[in-house]
This record gives sequence, C-alpha cells and structure tokens, in this order.
Amino acid sequence: MANQDFPLIFERSKEGRTSYSLPELDIPEFDLEDEFEDTFIRKTAPELPEVSELEIMRHYTGLSRRNYGVDSGFYPLGSCTMKYNPKINEDVARLDGFSHIHPYQDPKSVQGAMEMMYDLQESLKEITGMNEVSLQPAAGAQGEWTGLMMIRAFHEANGDFNRTKVIVPDSAHGTNPASATVAGFDAVTVKSNEKGLVDLEDLRRVVDNDTAALMLTNPNTLGLFETEILEMAEIVHEAGGKLYYDGANLNAIMGYARPGDMGFDVVHLNLHKTFTGPHGGGGPGSGPVGVSKELTPYLPKPLLIKNDDMYVFDYDRPESIGRVKPYYGNFGINLRAYTYIRTMGGEGLKKVSEYAVLNANYMMRKLEKEYDLPFPQHCKHEFVLSGKRQKKLGVRTLDIAKRLLDFGYHPPTIYFPLNVEEALMVEPTETESKETLDGFIETMLEISDEAKNDPETVQDAPHNTIVKRMDETTAARKPILRYNK
Amino acid sequence: MEFRYLPMTETDKKEMLKTIGADSTDALFSDIPSKVRFVGDLNLKKPANEAELKKELTNLANKNANLKEYSSFLGAGVYDHFIPSVVDHVISRSEFYTAYTPYQPEISQGELQAIFEFQTMISELTGMPVANSSMYDGGTALAEAVNLSAATTKRKKILVSKTVHPESRAVIDSYAKGPNLEIVEIDQVNGLTDLKQLADELDENTASVVIQYPNFFGQIEPLNEVKELIDQQKKTMFIVSSNPLALGYLTPPGEFGADIVVGDTQVFGIPAQFGGPHCGYFATTTKLMRKVPGRLVGQTTDEDGQRGFVLTLQAREQHIRRDKATSNICSNQALNALASSVAMSSIGKHGLKKMAMLNMQKARYMKQKLSESNFEIITQDAFFNELVVKVTGPVSDYNEKLLKKGFIGGYDLEQAYPELHGHMLIAVTEIRTKEEIDTFVKELGDING
Repeated sequence: MANQDFPLIFERSKEGRTSYSLPELDIPEFDLEDEFEDTFIRKTAPELPEVSELEIMRHYTGLSRRNYGVDSGFYPLGSCTMKYNPKINEDVARLDGFSHIHPYQDPKSVQGAMEMMYDLQESLKEITGMNEVSLQPAAGAQGEWTGLMMIRAFHEANGDFNRTKVIVPDSAHGTNPASATVAGFDAVTVKSNEKGLVDLEDLRRVVDNDTAALMLTNPNTLGLFETEILEMAEIVHEAGGKLYYDGANLNAIMGYARPGDMGFDVVHLNLHKTFTGPHGGGGPGSGPVGVSKELTPYLPKPLLIKNDDMYVFDYDRPESIGRVKPYYGNFGINLRAYTYIRTMGGEGLKKVSEYAVLNANYMMRKLEKEYDLPFPQHCKHEFVLSGKRQKKLGVRTLDIAKRLLDFGYHPPTIYFPLNVEEALMVEPTETESKETLDGFIETMLEISDEAKNDPETVQDAPHNTIVKRMDETTAARKPILRYNK
Repeated sequence: MEFRYLPMTETDKKEMLKTIGADSTDALFSDIPSKVRFVGDLNLKKPANEAELKKELTNLANKNANLKEYSSFLGAGVYDHFIPSVVDHVISRSEFYTAYTPYQPEISQGELQAIFEFQTMISELTGMPVANSSMYDGGTALAEAVNLSAATTKRKKILVSKTVHPESRAVIDSYAKGPNLEIVEIDQVNGLTDLKQLADELDENTASVVIQYPNFFGQIEPLNEVKELIDQQKKTMFIVSSNPLALGYLTPPGEFGADIVVGDTQVFGIPAQFGGPHCGYFATTTKLMRKVPGRLVGQTTDEDGQRGFVLTLQAREQHIRRDKATSNICSNQALNALASSVAMSSIGKHGLKKMAMLNMQKARYMKQKLSESNFEIITQDAFFNELVVKVTGPVSDYNEKLLKKGFIGGYDLEQAYPELHGHMLIAVTEIRTKEEIDTFVKELGDING
C-alpha cells in the first residue's frame, strides 16, 4: 500500500462548508442574549470541522480502511476472545423499540426491554452457577471493582474491618490489581508453580485473616485450568476470605464447568468477549456480576426483578453497595449478548467451548515444534508460547508480531502474561476454520525459518503496512494529544 | 443442530484430534476435576433460528414505547436529539466495530486517528488542552475525576452540589468508598447551588468542588463565582460536568478555570438505548495530563518520518502499572466516541451553535406556553433546554395519562428530591415541533383540570 499521509478531518475543513441538516425555527424567536450575562455567552466557536457529507463519508471510510477488525482477518489476540460478531445482533440492537427508549420511562412502557434483561440475568445465572446477577457494570474492570466492593461490604457487615488484602496471581490481568487498589485494598501477589498454576504453598503463605479475597481467572491467563481449584477455595474460605472469578476466560468452559460449582463467591463476565458484543475498537463493553446467595444483598441497585407478571427495578435494597453506573448498564451490549445466547442455546454454547479448546490445542501442538512451550499439558481456549529460542537469534517477540502484520494477520497478545519470557499468547476462538488456523500456523513456521536464515526481514518488519514502526518514545516524551492549526 | 458461527466439521475434528494425540475432545477437558465438572446440559431456552429470533426480538422491542413513535419531553441526562444518517453508516463499518483496542498501531491508524480527532473536538468544546479517548459515561467520568482530585491534592473532602445529576452523585458515593473520601453535598436554592453553604464548607481539606453546567435542572451555574470561592483555598480543584451541546452557546468551563471537565457525548449521535452504552468524556489541564484515567492517543512519526498515531503515556494505565495505575479502566467507549465524532463533524462549527440555540429557543417557547396556561414555572434564571414546572398531583399520574395521548412526559423530580413533589423536569430538543409543544401543553392543562 502507498505510504501516504492521511489528512485529519480538520485539515479537510473549509470555511462555509456544511453537512448539518437542522429544522427551521417554527416558533417566534426569543432574545437569548437578554437572558444571559455576557460572561456566559461563548465568544469563540469551537473549531469543529466544516465539511460536506460526502467528505465525511470519504474521511471515515478511508480511516476504516486503515484499520483491522475480525471481519478483516484472523485475530488470535490472547485473552481478548476475538470471535465473530454476528450480524443479527447489530440489526436487533438497532430496532427502535430497543435503541430509542429512555431509562426514565415508566417501567410499564418498557416491559419488553426489561423482559430481555431479566431473561439474560437468568441465562447468565445458569451459565455461571451463581445465585443472582446484576447487569449494571459497564465493562470487565468495572465488574471486578463492583465485585470487590461487594466483598468489602460483606466483610464490613460482619464487623470485619481488617481485611485489607486482595490476592492476585502473578499471571493475572493488570485490571485485577488495579481494581483492588481502586476498591481500597492492597494487592498481594501469589506465585505460579512450574506447571503454570497457582502455587498452593505460596497461597497458604500469603492467605491469612487479613485476606479479603483471592481473584482468579480459571482457566488462567496461560490458558491452563487451575486443577487444584477446590483446595484453593478451601484455603481462602477457611481464612474467612472470598473467591473472585474473573470471567475473561469463560469461553473455555461453558457447559463443562461453572464458577459457582467451583466455589467462587463473585463472578464478572465480559459480554463483549465470550458473548459476542463487538469490541468496537476498545469498547463499549459490558461486565455483569454474579454472586452467591450470601453476597446477593450487596449487589448494586436497582436490581431488576420479576413481581408476578411485571418486571420492576427494586431500589429497596438497604445492604446494596449502591450504584456503580448511571441507569441499568450497557443495555445495547447486553441485548447483543442475549441475542447470541438465544442463537446458541445450551447445546451451542457447549460446542463453543469444545471447539475453542480444540482449535487452541491443535495450534499449540503444531507450533511447539518451532516455538518454546513452557507448559506442555493440554491447554484450554488459549496457550502461551515463548519466543526465547528466536530471541537468541536476535529476533524478539515484538519482531515476530510485526512480521505477522506483513502476512495480513493481527498478532497474538505479546509480553503477557508477565511470568513467561517473550510471551506470545494465542487465542484462536471457535469461529475460525481449520484452513484459517493452518494458514496462520504455516506463517508462524515460516517466520521461525526467517529468524534462522534471514533475521533482518523479521527485525525490520513490518514492510508493507501503511505506516512503519512508530516512534513511541517521542510520543510519550513530548505528547501531542490534539490537533492544532 | 447446526450452528452457523461454528465452522468445525467432523473431518476437521478427527484430523485435529489426531494431531493433538487425543481420543476425543472430552480428553482435553480431563484437567477439570470431576467434582466440579458440569454434568448435563445448561438449562437455557433452545437455540432459535435467525428468522424466528428476529421475530421474537422484534415482538419484544414492540412492547416498548419508543421515542420515535412517541413525542418525548424526557431528558434528565439522556436526550432525544437528531442523529445524522452518516453516523450509523460509519460505525457499521466492521473494520471499526469488530476491531480490538488499537495496540498494533501499524494496522490501527484508522481508529487511532479517529480517537485523536475526538480528543481534539472535546478539547475545543470544553476549552481544556487535554482530553482522553473516552470513559464509560458521564457519571463514572465524574466519579473518576473526584478520585483523581483526592489523589492529586492528598485531601479527602469533596463538595458536590445537589444540582449535579442524582445518579452521578450516587456513583461518586460508590467510587468514594475505596479511597475513603468524605462527600459533602451542597444544597440547592431555587435550582442553583447554595453558594453561601459552599463557601462555609470550603476549607483547607477540600480536594475539589463538583458543579454541573448546565445543572440537572437545566440552569446555568455561575462558574465565575464558584471559581472565586475555590481560589481562596490553595490546591482545591474545580470539577465541572457539562452537557457538551450546551457548550455550543455557553462559555466553556475551561475559560472559567476548571481543572477537570467531564460529561457525556450521548447528545452527539448516540441513541438513548435505555441508558447505555453512552460515552463519557474527560478533559483536563496539561498539569494533570500524566494522571488522566483511560487511554490517550498521541501524534508521532514512523521510521520513515510519516505522521501517525499511537496509544501513549501508558505508564498511567492498569496493563503497565497494575496496582499503581491511575484507574482500573480498560475497555472504554471507543465506538461511541467514534459515533460522536462523526456527529460533531456533521453538525460542524456553525451547526453546533445553531443546534444549541434551537434547543434553547424551543425550551423558551415551551416555558411561555406553559405560563400562558397558568402553570407555575419554577425555572426563573438563565437555563439551557430543560425547565421545571409545577403540576397539581404526582408527576407519575400525569405521565401515565400523557403516554395514552402519545407523549412521554418529563422527569419526576420527586424521585431524587423528596421536597420537589409535583415538580416535572421538561426537556425540549431541536426535534420537537411547535405543534408537539402546543399539544403537549394542552394535554398537560387538560390533566391539570
């Protein structure tokens, strides 16, 4: 592709050009300046673009062609579950009866929307094995924080104010320790053992009567199932702590295991991962929380419940942690997740996990010949390779990722989890065909050959993207965060 | 049962299992202890085919009274504005909506540049030099601003006006529990912040003062006077929550010396959709740039000197800093920020003021008509596109009757302000016509008796 600068929308702007279509004033005009003190009347118009409608479409169509989504090609980004985003979801979310309803309408006039939300709550309860679900949290990280705030409220209700620690494995997502801090806890790390699982000895060492909770992803970020989950639950519960399930990796186990049955007290789900809410270039997401019976009183309010034949928002929840977000959550994303669950049913969701795991194991076995595999057991929906062998040849994991761009692939997640050197985290998802997997495998093997025979080609990659590697150091040292004329 | 999203064939399955060296897919799950292994089928509704499901969900949608069929005068933080057709055409491009966060800049220049443009537009509207890539919504953006002010000033006391959106205040309360902040609410007098009480409460422990502009009642708070009070305390920060459409007419908070300006861009190209997803914005000073929550896009160059964009200053963020991060936010509202960018481009520099003024004109016409029908109008001072009117019974009774006449009535202020029984908050946007306003006032009068 030609290496050319693409103008900013502001650089396309020309005085006097318009794209808006506003109604004419159909009422007698009022003198506004009379009503306002001069100091409150804006003197300089904000520099929004002045462009025609066609120029808007050309601009954003051009930008879209400089972007890459799941519909563009394979996106094996570990931990992100970049599966196909069904088109019926998008159509349904645009129905007037869903997209153009106001959160403060009389609940009697939005029973259809509330019925969908209720059914979704019920479905998520069944999938996770939890007692009750709230759809309020806006995204995964907010779900984590919501869950921890409920755990905090639970301990405080028991007069237990000394539980200051939240334990997170060294392989955990960055949001886990960050959410712990925001919820007012100290994050404490528990080590992984040589099998890539939480080290029970170390867990016993860090868990004590200061422990509020253990946050866990299962399967963990290495794509491995924490086989000693019941022992871990026992250690934490015996010390009076609670078990938190980060649902980022639920795609691996639907219909095979449920967090509620493993002893988890709180769960959050990423509906934009497992349940096909599109990622949108970084959101919006949706992060519902599920809880055990014991923690149900602390759920955010209002809670959507069914009274006889009416769906109502219950605000009378004295032990609730309160609101975590205005209104009732990201309804539009929840609706897409519901549409997906209705498409798949229990049978389909189990197949989703079956094939996600089969695809990951297949790729792992094909790739372990050329890339180091730190943990040899069967994986779940994703696996982590190490680029150690290539690094010795002068080719870093970053180079491999950039080289993949030349072949039209989105690279795997790199340098995460932190407990694997030169990590390459691959999550194929169940919606990819064997041919697609084979194509990617072949490319990865080819890059491994290049690392041996022609390392420069990999080190200098990418070669045919619209821009080359970016100067990120200058970007951070002398930040330019907006356009200036 | 066939599943159209699952391309696996029996042949594929066999070949793949052979490569793996497993007898069955079940063997791949043998690491799940039998005690926690789920047996049987998930008890969910049986799978629906596409046609059947579309019908089922259309029926569900049709059970809701929607803002396209009914004339709505409901606002209170969520507004029914016109959405230009270009918006949905752009955000339906799957290169945008099926993409992840732009961590690989070489193949994400489209999204990165779109965010950079969004940041610029928000900076222009608010009069602040720095804006981030978006937050979940206006309410959580405000709560993050409060927590940031406490962390920066190392103070615990926050003064929040009761004229701030009640649900934003509820979210502030929840977020404040983590860092143990003391939230002091300042009363409202005639729909404006009680400046005397604010002055009394302001002290050397005050981390920030939170004001909404226009406020929840639609009125214009005197930011200049608030700022003068704040300046008597060193370090105390000024946080303003603003409807960005109103800033097409009003002097931006940046010009009044705000430290952080937040709000929701739902007014630009995002449908109400029962309260979310909307799109928060977060704008601040250069001084606070390295403490901003969420993602920031910066301009830079590639190896060939070509202009390009990257996620930057990531040392603030959870994936790098973990427990030391400014905030735990990860996913935000990129696609909705894009929708708002397209809408703002469409409305443009001159359209924005025109649109803001149309809202204001029509709201004043509503006020005049209500006055003529002998309604008591509570709103007296300068206001934007919302006003408070007194009715003679519970607002919910009125709204039930209005719905039967094809109207979605205003917000019942008693829900959040027990002292405001029978007070309705009415929003009038540019898409309401003279005829709709006339009829609405007539119907309201008929109910009033």
